[in-house]
Amino acid sequence: MSGQASRRDILGGLLVAFALAPTAALAQTGGGEGSGGPPTVAPDLPGTLAKFPDLDAWIRIGADGRVTVFTGKVELGTGVKTAMAQLAADELDVAIGRVDLITADTALTPNEGVTAGSQTLEQSGTAIANAAACVRLLLAETAAARWGVAATTLFTRDGVVLDGQGRRASYAELAASTSLAVRARADVPRKPVAARRLIGRPVPRVDLPAKLTGLPSYVQDMRLPDMVHARVLRGPSSGTRLTPDLAALRRQPGVARVVEVGRFAAIVGPREWPLEQALRVANQGAWTRDAGVPALPPMPAGLLEMRRESSVIDTRRDASAAPGVRRLSARYDRPYLMHGAIGPSCAVALMAEGQLTVWTHSQGVEPLRTAIAELVAMPADRVRCVHREGAGCYGHNGADDVAGDAALIACAMPGVPVRLQWSREQEHGWEPLGPAMLAQIDATLDASGRIVDWRHQVWSNTHSTRPVAAGDLLAGVEVVPPFAPTPPKPIPQPNGGGDRNAIPLYRFANQSIVSHFLPDMPVRVSALRGLGAHLNIFALESAMDELAAAAGRDPVAFRLAHLDDPRAADVIRRAAARFGWSRYRPRPNRGRGIAFARYKNHGAYCAVALDVERIPDEGRLVVHRAVVAVDSGEAVNPDGIRNQVEGGVLQSLSWTAYESAGHDGARRTDYDWSGYPILRFADVPHSVVVEVIDRPGTPFLGTGECAQGPTAAALANALAAATGVRIRSMPLAGGLAAHS
Amino acid sequence: MSRPGIRRIVVIAVVLLGLCGIAFAAIAYRPAIARVTRPDPRQFDPALVARGANLARLGNCVSCHQAAGGRPYVGGYPIKTPFGTIYGSNITPDSATGIGSWSPAAFRRAMREGVGRDGSHLYPAFPYTHYAGVADGDVDALYAFLMTRPAVRAVPPANRMIPPLGFRPLLAGWKLLFFDPQPVVADPRQSAAWNRGRYIGETLAHCTACHSPRGLLQQEKRGDRAYDGGWSGGWYAPPINARSPAVRAWTVERLDAYFRTGLSTAHAAAAGPMGPVTYNLARAEPADVRAMATYYAWQMRAAPAARAEPRLPDRRALAGQRHPEGARLYDGACAVCHEPGAAMMVAGRPALPLGTPLHEANPRDTIQVILKGLKPPVAPRGPYMPAFADALDDRQVAEIVAYLQARHGTGPAWPDLETDVAAARKEGE
Amino acid sequence: MIDLTVNGATARVDVDPATPLLYVLRDDLRLHAAKFGCGLGQCGACTVLVDDRPVFACLLPVGAVGARTVTTVEGLGSAAAPGDVQRAFLHEQAAQCGYCIPGMIARAEGLLRKTVTPTETELRSAMAPSLCRCGTHMRILRAVRRAAVMRGGGVVEPAEPVT
Ligand code: FES
Ligand code: FES
Repeated sequence: MSGQASRRDILGGLLVAFALAPTAALAQTGGGEGSGGPPTVAPDLPGTLAKFPDLDAWIRIGADGRVTVFTGKVELGTGVKTAMAQLAADELDVAIGRVDLITADTALTPNEGVTAGSQTLEQSGTAIANAAACVRLLLAETAAARWGVAATTLFTRDGVVLDGQGRRASYAELAASTSLAVRARADVPRKPVAARRLIGRPVPRVDLPAKLTGLPSYVQDMRLPDMVHARVLRGPSSGTRLTPDLAALRRQPGVARVVEVGRFAAIVGPREWPLEQALRVANQGAWTRDAGVPALPPMPAGLLEMRRESSVIDTRRDASAAPGVRRLSARYDRPYLMHGAIGPSCAVALMAEGQLTVWTHSQGVEPLRTAIAELVAMPADRVRCVHREGAGCYGHNGADDVAGDAALIACAMPGVPVRLQWSREQEHGWEPLGPAMLAQIDATLDASGRIVDWRHQVWSNTHSTRPVAAGDLLAGVEVVPPFAPTPPKPIPQPNGGGDRNAIPLYRFANQSIVSHFLPDMPVRVSALRGLGAHLNIFALESAMDELAAAAGRDPVAFRLAHLDDPRAADVIRRAAARFGWSRYRPRPNRGRGIAFARYKNHGAYCAVALDVERIPDEGRLVVHRAVVAVDSGEAVNPDGIRNQVEGGVLQSLSWTAYESAGHDGARRTDYDWSGYPILRFADVPHSVVVEVIDRPGTPFLGTGECAQGPTAAALANALAAATGVRIRSMPLAGGLAAHS
Repeated sequence: MSRPGIRRIVVIAVVLLGLCGIAFAAIAYRPAIARVTRPDPRQFDPALVARGANLARLGNCVSCHQAAGGRPYVGGYPIKTPFGTIYGSNITPDSATGIGSWSPAAFRRAMREGVGRDGSHLYPAFPYTHYAGVADGDVDALYAFLMTRPAVRAVPPANRMIPPLGFRPLLAGWKLLFFDPQPVVADPRQSAAWNRGRYIGETLAHCTACHSPRGLLQQEKRGDRAYDGGWSGGWYAPPINARSPAVRAWTVERLDAYFRTGLSTAHAAAAGPMGPVTYNLARAEPADVRAMATYYAWQMRAAPAARAEPRLPDRRALAGQRHPEGARLYDGACAVCHEPGAAMMVAGRPALPLGTPLHEANPRDTIQVILKGLKPPVAPRGPYMPAFADALDDRQVAEIVAYLQARHGTGPAWPDLETDVAAARKEGE
Repeated sequence: MIDLTVNGATARVDVDPATPLLYVLRDDLRLHAAKFGCGLGQCGACTVLVDDRPVFACLLPVGAVGARTVTTVEGLGSAAAPGDVQRAFLHEQAAQCGYCIPGMIARAEGLLRKTVTPTETELRSAMAPSLCRCGTHMRILRAVRRAAVMRGGGVVEPAEPVT
């Protein structure tokens, strides 16, 4: 990056050149999943600036010229830290190496709710970019006042304001006499696309050198002075309770203390290994199924039998449409899925001087603080939650629960930092699963092969039980008296939860989209990357292929014929072209499949084409090639987008082809990777190509979850082409084996 | 003796040898069977193909006719014998490299007589000694099945035999000595399932190939010694008759579950070469698998565990005193999965002493499981154990084995464990 | 007291010899590259090199290391001066959350110490014991191929995958 810093590129007058309006972010109500942070106070400002309009909430400049950027969002391994540093450095005109980023810390950063729904750049990135542009302008105005010239005549370069005549002032010295405790201005333009040095470039991730060389980077790596380790005692899986022999545990070598709060119990000691051994002693205790957990009906059909709250979320009628002549009626389903972070959940907590600090890899430090404060009966302003990275989580896993556990233990031993790490079995057994889902599609083609009627119904539990109160944490229902969990409720459109992406982007003359929300949860569930989009897009895009076949049309042409969004058509065309769709030579047992979606109908556009083979007699599938085209609006870091999409494709292949979390009615059945296998190197595609369509100057469209749905459907479509068998139930490899 | 006398003896000897050679050549000689053009896969009755698919699974054909990471029936799997390494041949219907040019007669001759289409004798690693008993209809079904597989052009690596065993006519001699095909005659006193199980087990499934001892020339011991335990790929295949060392009875139920899932919760998971067997049985007709379970449960009906299942001792303290090093290694490397209270135990995986290896006459299987670990046998989901070959040295593996046997074993202590570990490593390479 | 050679230096630790090496590295020696992922030898997050061979540190009792040398990812290079495999991973930006990556690097190093000209199949099967949930596999494979080239070899790529 040093090359960028030394490059002399004078950017031209600050004010005269830009007449662009600030980038408009899509209006959002709430955070989509979980809490959305405080109310909007400055609706004219973009992104989260609308909630925190003061510049010093976002950016501060030190006497050494280093720039500190604050974001309420967190790094989940998606590279947003780098993207945000790019935005700030480019808009401020400093070298990226001079930017320090502080991520979600309830004591330091703006409350941006939960990092979820692929909204980080849209919300926080937009705020930071605009705040940085404002700060640059303010610094230039300070220099202009000092030199008695108009700000419009000045330039900036790498942390210095210049007048072009030899006068220069560093940001550090200007900042000393510039107050950033002022409201951002709505009219400050962003840098023109041509002048950008970092935005739109594949800047290397700022966090990787440390992670790849073993520097402590994760909450799991934290080691505070005099820290103790803890292990929590629980039954095999959520919905069970354990009766451990606490007296025996107290005698166990290496167990310094047993912390008991109501039914919550944990063991504490100076070293991890003796605690692991003690955990085995604890696990020999009896466990029982919790009373009051609804029985689990056989899946997926049982979803249809459960109590439901139905609502029509979209409907369209066109009486002039041609009559239907052919019908498709089909059901698609997916099982419960695990997040399956490679590192089990972990937190460090310290109760000292009346203040509780919790280091956590939660996606939402602010709502977690509220929940923990209630759990430990402290005022929220005495509780601080600081984000530290964990292993990739892909949604709501055990991160929040383990933070609650650690907080409870820390409160029992003031002055001592407590590190609690779940075991692998606890992570597998207790993390909330992605809900099992079922969708039914009824569609009609007219005589010309157009879809004239489309009905999509989806049955699902909630897709967010993220904690907003103590009762949403595992520990919260174990203390006595227990806190009540927040009743589940659907996430409204336009984001949607179980019905996310149930509304097609295609143009159908008549349509009706119905969401059946299932409030009873026999299995603990919550947000998993993409939420309902995974199954809804799987259903929708599988049905599109089935209808294309019924109409005798090519799947690409059939989709394009039903689309009027040019960017949607663009990703499909680009994916098909790069894949070589029209040149594809079918072979026995080998087929191609394509699928498309715009995530949430307002996020990134993504089309995935796959070349897949079925190995006869084994029922095994081989993905030869995956080709993806993605349009995330303005691409801050194209390589970051590629990385996310590649990962999304592989993860979705794993979910869709192989995964399902079992439950025997009393408890889960999978406690490690042998019970819940995920994609291994032997089964990854031969190649994955991601083409990023950059649209500079347009709003950021979240990328992180856009590939999950299209990949799932593309796989089903390719398998149908390869084998002639349409599999509508995930995991597809199971169905494939049954047919070979 | 005079020179002419010597000459005469030499001449007679040469003539006799020559006559023997001619006689032998006459026996060894088998004509080639003319090539045919590959039959059109559509000509085969789908029902016959399906029947063949089931038989191929029961027969575990892919185990030898598929290389690691390769495609089914393409061959290339190395079969190690004391006389060299033989590579499974390509039995896809590719005309140049597979069996696409084989007529039904050529295929039948190979199955029944161990003679290739070109007239060459096949190594008995291809178990025609068993296949000779396969019924005509079943041979035809297998032919139909193989001829409808995707044809793959691939030549397996050349066999590497100890000279002069690369000279195939010698196999005719082996056949003269050991190849004595006997039809499997139904036993009217037994059930249909038993008879079916025996037919499959004794012919296609060729279970004795691993589970019976072999003679000097690798011939299987029959009769009394059949199913007395044998060797396969560096693993020991325990006796599956009255001498079965299992500590829990092999009932039809348990055997059936073991065959179909690769796991008997009363015993252990299928390990080593038995893993692929269960992989295939899991995909075969359940009724046939059940029939095999019926027959082999009967074979083991007089085994000790069938009469009374012993209480399994856990001599933890004693074993720890005798083998403190083994105990420490076990605590750090094994206990996390195998000790009571370990998540796997809570989840219902069988306890370590239930497996047969610790009760076998030799430590080989215990050693191999530690060195090589365990892959889920029938599906991606299933019993798994990591391999310790790179983590532990021979002495350390030996210590663990000694500790385990002292703690849970039911037989006399195994001597010379370290030597055995070294041998297992070598054979398993 | 147990003496260990880790990353070329000797270390003396006072722990139960049954303790898995992973805890000793992380808690006593403060070497954080190797991660706890499962403790069961199923994920490879804890992979380190013992005498050039990749092993699961979560299942290797520290007392069993003996005279063998232990190399962790810290021993292959630093953030300021990354080693060649680390440079290859950085070049390919082969990480998302990065939690699995030190284990992947250790495993790649083990493969390349054995051969710098593995086939694609050998490469994939060498990496197979390690899991990545983020789906970074394609980049990880690219990084190892790059590292093989940096060491004067290269991965022989078949025209069609045989897996
Ligand atoms: S932590 Fe060692 S293999 Fe998972
Ligand atoms: S990069 Fe996150 S687990 Fe591999």
